[in-house]
Amino acid sequence: MKEMRNLLAEHPFFESLSPTHLDLVAGCGKNVVFEAGRQIFREGEPAEYFYIIRHGKVAIDVYAPGLGNMSIQTLGEGEVLGWSWLVPPYEWRFDARAVELTRAVALDGNCLRGKCEGDNALGFQLLKKFSQVMAQRLEATRMQLLDMYGTSMKGGGRKLS
Amino acid sequence: MIAAADPMVPNLHRIQKVTQETSDTFTLALAPSCGRKCPAFRPGQFNMLYVFGVGEVPISISGDPATPETLVHTTRAVGAVTAAMKKMRPGDQLGVRGPYGTEWPVAEAHDRDVVIVAGGIGLAPLRPALYSLLNHRERYGRVVLLYGTRSPEDILYRTEIQKWRSQFDLDVHVTVDRATGKWRGNVGVVTSLIPKAPFDPYHATAFVCGPEIMMRYTILALLKRGVEKDSIHLSMERNMKCAVGFCGHCQIGPLFVCRDGPVFGYPRLEKLLDKREL
Repeated sequence: MKEMRNLLAEHPFFESLSPTHLDLVAGCGKNVVFEAGRQIFREGEPAEYFYIIRHGKVAIDVYAPGLGNMSIQTLGEGEVLGWSWLVPPYEWRFDARAVELTRAVALDGNCLRGKCEGDNALGFQLLKKFSQVMAQRLEATRMQLLDMYGTSMKGGGRKLS
Repeated sequence: MIAAADPMVPNLHRIQKVTQETSDTFTLALAPSCGRKCPAFRPGQFNMLYVFGVGEVPISISGDPATPETLVHTTRAVGAVTAAMKKMRPGDQLGVRGPYGTEWPVAEAHDRDVVIVAGGIGLAPLRPALYSLLNHRERYGRVVLLYGTRSPEDILYRTEIQKWRSQFDLDVHVTVDRATGKWRGNVGVVTSLIPKAPFDPYHATAFVCGPEIMMRYTILALLKRGVEKDSIHLSMERNMKCAVGFCGHCQIGPLFVCRDGPVFGYPRLEKLLDKREL
């Protein structure tokens, strides 16, 4: 337990969480390892965990008919994989796959939701942290939607790089 | 008395080599037609390339400043002139005026880390700066290239990037907006690489080139990381015709991109980048 708590305390995502709350969160965690190419979860499956990536790289994929699996984001060391455990109906919205050997802490969403119900201050802290993650992902998605590398430098009479 | 060369008269150049970089992007290697010497250029400068009977376009020089005898330009076929250029073959001739414009301040970056952020074809104007840094590698701290593009198929200078990645004195991080399952690199916008890139933001100089919207978000990410405004430099693009500050086509506020740029320190552009009318 102490080792799990220390692992979480060193992770940037849990910076500023109080020692009491770190203990509560650590009680829901376990170490996991995913070999390269291993599917971590699939769209539509119950979102039972979220993952604190300690080492490695994970791809978020979406299946597009006719195109197959498309990677829309990769996450690495120091980042958080998954927020669907926090939002009903607690199902994954995308696929996740280890691109390379990945070590992470898996945190049990059901266990954490229970602790958040019992300790609203912990719930608020986690919600603030996940709101930031969701806002960053939304901003990144909007920038990808802009297709910004492809839309500029059109036509003659410009400095065409 | 020797008359000064007319800046509006192009010099004949012959295409030595054409390299197809991606489906719509290509690189031309040019040499002067009648044994003339190519003028030296500085990283970040551009030339006006004239396809006879079609028109003239400004294109950044993307070769090595240490070997100016060959002029290298990478461009995307997006208009009438560049589409005609794409059809040209070794031995064909075109006109060249230049080099014009300001340079990446590589000398100012001595003893500092250098972070190069490129978006899409914006890597082309930055490549001469990277060559300069690598030619005098001992003068700089960490050198980091962050490159974002649309998909793995759109990566420019693929072989060279692989070579750079194998060098121990250069950190190269490439990211794409979307990819299929075969891609093992990063997926996400180029700004997502900035928070974890290995450089000291308080002693770093940043060179940024890409579409303007990409540069706006890149600046925000660099400032958030702690890079000083004065240490950020951008290469701008605007409509251009004369390239020598006569016509005003490339004006952005009080600045002429052809004459005062294309490379600007961010503080000069800070108030102008947010103006929608410009």
